[in-house]
Amino acid sequence: MRREPDPSEERLGWLLCTPAVLAMLLVTAYPLLYALWLSLFRYDLRFPDERAFVGLANYVHVLTSGVWWESLLNTLVITLGSVALELVLGMSLALVMHRVLFLRRTVRTSVLVPYAMITVVAALAWKFAFDPVTGFVNPWLGVERAWLTETWSAFLVIILTEVWKTTPFMALLLLAGLTQVPQDLLDAARVDGATAVQRFFRVTLPLMKTTLMVALLFRTLDAFRIFDTVFVQTRGAQGTETVSMVGYHALVTRLNLGLGSAVSVLIFVCVILIALLFVKGLGTRIRRSEEV
Amino acid sequence: MRSGSDLLETLFWRAGSLLIIGYALLPVVWILALSLKPGADLNDRRFIPAEISLEHYRALVTDLQFPAALWNSIGIALIATLLAVLLAMFAAYAIVRLRFRGRALVLGGALAIAMFPPVAVIGPLFNLWRTLGLYDTWPGLILPYMTFTLPLAIWTLSAFFREIPWDLDQAARVDGATPLQAFWRVIAPLAAPGVFTAAILVFIFAWNDFLFAAALTSTNQARTVPAAIAFFTGSSRFEMPTGSIAAASVVVTVPVTALVLVFQRRIVSGLTAGAVKG
Repeated sequence: MRREPDPSEERLGWLLCTPAVLAMLLVTAYPLLYALWLSLFRYDLRFPDERAFVGLANYVHVLTSGVWWESLLNTLVITLGSVALELVLGMSLALVMHRVLFLRRTVRTSVLVPYAMITVVAALAWKFAFDPVTGFVNPWLGVERAWLTETWSAFLVIILTEVWKTTPFMALLLLAGLTQVPQDLLDAARVDGATAVQRFFRVTLPLMKTTLMVALLFRTLDAFRIFDTVFVQTRGAQGTETVSMVGYHALVTRLNLGLGSAVSVLIFVCVILIALLFVKGLGTRIRRSEEV
Repeated sequence: MRSGSDLLETLFWRAGSLLIIGYALLPVVWILALSLKPGADLNDRRFIPAEISLEHYRALVTDLQFPAALWNSIGIALIATLLAVLLAMFAAYAIVRLRFRGRALVLGGALAIAMFPPVAVIGPLFNLWRTLGLYDTWPGLILPYMTFTLPLAIWTLSAFFREIPWDLDQAARVDGATPLQAFWRVIAPLAAPGVFTAAILVFIFAWNDFLFAAALTSTNQARTVPAAIAFFTGSSRFEMPTGSIAAASVVVTVPVTALVLVFQRRIVSGLTAGAVKG
């Protein structure tokens, strides 16, 4: 069935892919290498004359500073908190959307609204909602609280905003996975006397493992990059600064390209580690299911 | 007995639907309500405005930043979408239709870039763009938007292109159509929904971005709406211009929401195409 590659076809293939590949290399691979290079220098745009090779000193500086580890912890708290909530909520949404015929189109359409709303706008909408002077949340809950001025409640608002904005994406991915679960398997389980809960945990979930892992991987990496919501809601105050904000402030606010690049490279390494963790998990899952 | 529990179950699922709709629309309705409150009522903490006024929308028209930012956002997002979809079409066609070594490499590389943290490149891009004169210009934002949406566009288009019965074009040729006619009359209409879906997804990404806009622009020349709204300053430095921000938010949310409402089915299939089949 497999035929020998035809040289002219091969050439055309590469020709057609070249523009896209070049664009992707120009804006990702090249700047990343450049960041790697810059991170080895003392290089502050406010004092460009003091530029000097310092080896790994920038990394030592970042890794021994409390700011990096605190922001990493914050980022992990937000990532784990929002992804865990999204998974549960997204699964419930997917189950409802899968089952329900009532207002089906309206439900599926309205779920896309959070996805389409600009993150900055969503973050501001929730900020105003929780604002003690402007917002409706305090009167609705019957409390008087300045949510974004305390650490734990600021995290709560940030995570809530993230969850609101990205759960629909998770739900749609899971819904696509749900529709691929064969109905006759579920019917067979029902005939055998399995309850709805048993059917969900014993039949549906195991069959959705790959979809689940893919959705979790994408959302985890996406959540780890969180920047917009925190920037708009607290600007990193109350100890809510994330790693992306640390990088942004070093690079854009303080114009310290050396230190900022070291932070960028470290963020990149974190992302690779998270991806590897998932790929490893996904790999063993797939291998195990092949053995069965 | 049986019908009683059935009724209960129906009610349960219906309540679920209503809850989902409420969940999705709550902040949107809230920001709309806020934007319609007269200035004096902004802090009345009511969800539904007691009185309706369009004063914040009128203020937006004469605002120094917002109209420029809106124009920048529309122009930059549209051009980035056009370029990304065009390049992705070439690549996706090659991946689906041609046999060449490196197909998997292109798809895999695109996937890697989809996971790439944008903050890792803003420093070098900032430095590079200043040297090249791209800082605070349209192309300076179009380039990163195009690149970071190429993976999404390539994966979506590949998934759609795989479903196209490409042999139809041979059939049309046999029936006497020229190659151009065969492409234009037969293949293009089949490919259009996929292309359109990819375009919407790319547009939403470019429209939404804040990080690149905040890092790579500084003035009305190229600053887009998300950055303009985040850095909005009121008539006095110390007053958060809540009303203007709310009105601006509504103005930029309405067109994209309308797009989503009209093309709901396509967006859903586009969003899930890569993840489930890949």
